[in-house]
Amino acid sequence: MALATDTQGRHSVSPDGRFLFDSDEDADRGPDFAAIRGSAEFGVLRRRFRRFVFPMTALFMGWYLAFVLLAAYDHPFMAIQVLGLINMGMLLGLAQFVSTVVIMLVYTRYARLRLDPALEAVRASSGEYS
Amino acid sequence: MNHAAPGSAFNHTAVTHTGFVKSGWAHTGLVKSGLVKTALVKTAVTKTVVAKAAVTFLAATTAVGSNPVLNLGLFVGFVAVTLYIVHRVSSGNQTTSSYYAAGGEFTGGQNGIALSGDFLSAASFLGIAGGIAVHGYDGFVYSVGWVVAWLVGLLLVGEMLRNTGRFTMGDVVAFRMRQRPVRVAAAASTLLISYFYLLAQIAGAGGLVALLLNITGKFGQSIAIAVAGAIMILYVLIGGMKGTTWVQIIKATLLLMCMALITIFLLGRFGFNFSTILSQATQHNSLGNAILTPGTLYGKNELDFVSLALALVLGICSLPHVLMRFYTVPNARQVRRSLVWAIWSMVGFYLCTLVVGYSATALVGSDAIVHAPGGENSAAPLLAYAIGGSILLGLVSAVAFATILAVVAGLTLTASVSFAHDVYASIIKKGNAEPRSEVRVARLTAVIMGVLAILGGILVNGRNVAFLVALALALAASANLSTLLYSLFWKRFNTPGALASIYSGLGSCILLITFSPVVSGASTSIFPTVDFHVFPLSNPGIVSIPLSFLCGWVATMIGSREENPAKQVEMEVRAMTGIGSGLHS
Repeated sequence: MALATDTQGRHSVSPDGRFLFDSDEDADRGPDFAAIRGSAEFGVLRRRFRRFVFPMTALFMGWYLAFVLLAAYDHPFMAIQVLGLINMGMLLGLAQFVSTVVIMLVYTRYARLRLDPALEAVRASSGEYS
Repeated sequence: MNHAAPGSAFNHTAVTHTGFVKSGWAHTGLVKSGLVKTALVKTAVTKTVVAKAAVTFLAATTAVGSNPVLNLGLFVGFVAVTLYIVHRVSSGNQTTSSYYAAGGEFTGGQNGIALSGDFLSAASFLGIAGGIAVHGYDGFVYSVGWVVAWLVGLLLVGEMLRNTGRFTMGDVVAFRMRQRPVRVAAAASTLLISYFYLLAQIAGAGGLVALLLNITGKFGQSIAIAVAGAIMILYVLIGGMKGTTWVQIIKATLLLMCMALITIFLLGRFGFNFSTILSQATQHNSLGNAILTPGTLYGKNELDFVSLALALVLGICSLPHVLMRFYTVPNARQVRRSLVWAIWSMVGFYLCTLVVGYSATALVGSDAIVHAPGGENSAAPLLAYAIGGSILLGLVSAVAFATILAVVAGLTLTASVSFAHDVYASIIKKGNAEPRSEVRVARLTAVIMGVLAILGGILVNGRNVAFLVALALALAASANLSTLLYSLFWKRFNTPGALASIYSGLGSCILLITFSPVVSGASTSIFPTVDFHVFPLSNPGIVSIPLSFLCGWVATMIGSREENPAKQVEMEVRAMTGIGSGLHS
């Protein structure tokens, strides 16, 4: 059963040998996924990834939905003028642009400083240096 | 009821002045009973204040048709240059890897620009600028969703998708499942979404031709759609993913530069004071100060707007042709870079659109815009004419047309790859397909898909098919995102769960849209003369997205607990690290 699943959908290896999928032979000498999965290094990577990504997703989704709900249901609030004709609605919309860029920058920094080194540690311990 | 439809659709077009390429939001606002009445009243009001507007309007109409030869020349020039480049880069497109994913050879920066190119479709380029020009703030709110949505791709989907799969979404969702049913489901979802999105894009081509070349007859427009479709098929056949990506990069660069220069010029003209632009815009828009606050477009049905916003933010990075872009770079780190580039360019683009949209009202006037051929979508071209004469108009129009070509080519490629890889190679040939024959099947599918797109495009030309973009996004958010997130983050997720989340998402979206005011019961519906609508919203997202998550969960809990533990472990390691995928870091 497991073997049948392994062979399906793993076809057409490119002639130049890149993007080689685990064909049957490779599966025999392929990486020991269970061992990697159980390793401390993998645990660190997984924990760091989820600890950042899940709260951050909740944050930006919540913030976006708050903006959408305000735009849908609270027109007087959005109409409050702040600077000349620029009102609350315009500012909050632009703030969505800013927050998107900020979250992107924070994530790429976090990935560079915390995720990538953890990933290298997993690779090193599993013998995959590629 | 069939024979009544074309005439009524035509009337609708005439009444609301929304000829073509409308993006989803336009539809959400319009397809509601009673709204056409508002439009009629607005038109009446317009006619009473016609004096100045009529002059601008006449100038605009002549302007639009002013120089078809120049427009055509610019457009032919673009096609010639891109076809040459596509031909140059596409040598050796025989392997699946190079034809489907450009051998993963693009850099993050290149792919990021191409990604944003996928999104700067005619609908978002002309549609959102026009939306801001005519409806003001509500047009801007729509554009916010197009920016925020990229965070879903950056944080949740992109990198893990690259690590796990190879060419298609099916690679990821079927990784640890029973191949046959899950791949069929993934391919069905990909083909359906791509075709709806494709139809929405190509339907706009007819209207754009009217604007560009002053071809107003339906027959002439049909020929133009067929020619555009044929060029698109050529891109895909010759270029594969590499060629299509280059077309996308060239187009996106032109579009971004064009918008940036126009914006800088406009800001200079208004003394770098955005408030001045807003104040002039309110004076030249029939809605007055209302264009600065929400409610002009979505005010009639708030829940419908929330539904659309959800579909937008969750759907964009789940669209099949975006998912496929993640495979054109060598590794997950380059996917991250792609998304960084894409976010920067999208933020920049929509900031420019905000300025361009309000300036179009300020300088051209909302009445002139809605009365021009192409309605709202003519805002950016008319503004281009107002500030740069027929040369800038020709440039903007040619770029807009190039945009349709490039986006449609990407969609066709995605659909054909999904069929060749997920259905032909994995199911019909059970994983033993010759790479050459697999690529041949992909090419054949591209031709079929292209012909279907041309026929569909001719059929719906001039009709209100704007809902297709919103529907495609709702489908992607419901069928694809739930399934992708579950298979990447939920250990227990299994085959019944995957099938349930894909099919419940697809089914509920189609069902709800069929019984919505989009199809019947409103004067703007596809069948305005009959009324069988029971679902009050014109975007199904708010129901279908949670429903697909729920169905996926329930079916998983009913299904077997340990379906394929070894594969599950392999997928988890691979998604996080790329180990076992053969990717170079």
